Amino acid sequence: MVLTVRDLAVTRGGLAILEGVSFDLKAGEALVLRGPNGIGKTTLLRSVAGLQPPEGGTVTGAEDQIAYAAHSDGLKAMLSVTENLKFWASVFGLSDIESALVAFDLTELRNRMAGTLSAGQKRRLGLARLMVTGRPIWVLDEPTVSLDAASVALFAEAVRAHLQQGGSALMATHIDLGLDEARVLDLTPFKAAPRTRQMDEAFL
Amino acid sequence: MRALLLRDLMLAIRAGGGFGLGLAFFLIVTVLVPFGVGPQTELLSRIAPGILWIGALLACLLSLDRILALDWEDGSLDLLATAPLPMEGIVTIKALAHWITTGLPLVLAAPVLGVLLSLPIPAYQWVVISLAVGTPALSVIGTFGAALTVGLKRGGLLMSLLVLPLYVPTLIFGAEVARRGAEGLTVQTPLLLLAGISFGVIALLPFASAAVLRINLR
Repeated sequence: MVLTVRDLAVTRGGLAILEGVSFDLKAGEALVLRGPNGIGKTTLLRSVAGLQPPEGGTVTGAEDQIAYAAHSDGLKAMLSVTENLKFWASVFGLSDIESALVAFDLTELRNRMAGTLSAGQKRRLGLARLMVTGRPIWVLDEPTVSLDAASVALFAEAVRAHLQQGGSALMATHIDLGLDEARVLDLTPFKAAPRTRQMDEAFL
Repeated sequence: MRALLLRDLMLAIRAGGGFGLGLAFFLIVTVLVPFGVGPQTELLSRIAPGILWIGALLACLLSLDRILALDWEDGSLDLLATAPLPMEGIVTIKALAHWITTGLPLVLAAPVLGVLLSLPIPAYQWVVISLAVGTPALSVIGTFGAALTVGLKRGGLLMSLLVLPLYVPTLIFGAEVARRGAEGLTVQTPLLLLAGISFGVIALLPFASAAVLRINLR
């Protein structure tokens, strides 16, 4: 078991939105989170990635294992494609960026400034960053936003390769990636019941 | 860590980076003050150490909100927080990069600009020494202020209000070193206090900055 989530409860803006979420993620497995807007997919992923402490429940196995990709790609406009990737690779203690450039079809753009890329190209660069982290668990928040069909196929191929190497992926997406091995978890049943919060929490 | 420092320095000197902003502001202040004071060389040389210190402090303040806000906006800060770097290390590197791009040029420019303020000859070395010892504290305290206000829209005003009182001790002892140096008095006490402030904040504030940054990233 790579990642175990038990009875997780998360809040957004002080309001409980999800509770009782439990799932396991094994090596070589992908889990797709579904649910309507505002259900708490992003908040759940941030909690799993350790950016936000959960309100309740436990996440085990996440420590230093997760490569997180959110809505914004963390690219610097005034650095070239290669420099952006090299930076993230060296932050994670790696140096090889070639396979990531090839996997996301960025080799021709390698010397362009990231600020001059189109939205889809930026997204591809942001996703290529995952490959240079060397982390086994990819936590992805809407990874296919602004990607065209061909790029989505590239991305699905990269995820498949990652799974075959024993990695795993947890992602929130509405698009069918054509990953047959991916399980789907619908978050709608875990919506937190409305409740009044205790007064003293406002002063803590 | 080294990669982060190199990236911040590279970003600072690329187009649109913050390098030179503080230096230009410092230059403007020291050029304009003699016009404002009028042709009284004696008065000017008396206030020169203080003006240089205030100019350096405000120049530092000018670029503080860039320390973390840019990384917050493009999502890098979230990704750095999940990277295998300790948050304390990240804020320390950020402060160091800010000092190299803002504080260090001010230290080097101060003796040149001192000429414009007819700074007394014995004061030159003490202005440089006091700025060299004091500006790291300005960067570290400023990073703490930036961490407190990261994610707030137009957080710059709030940050200035939070940071300015924390800057006062550094300013008092820094300017005192320069002033006493200009008058040929002994500078040991204020210099030691200034160094104490710098070392104290460098040792302690990164932990506070990292803690508030973790809360702000939620």
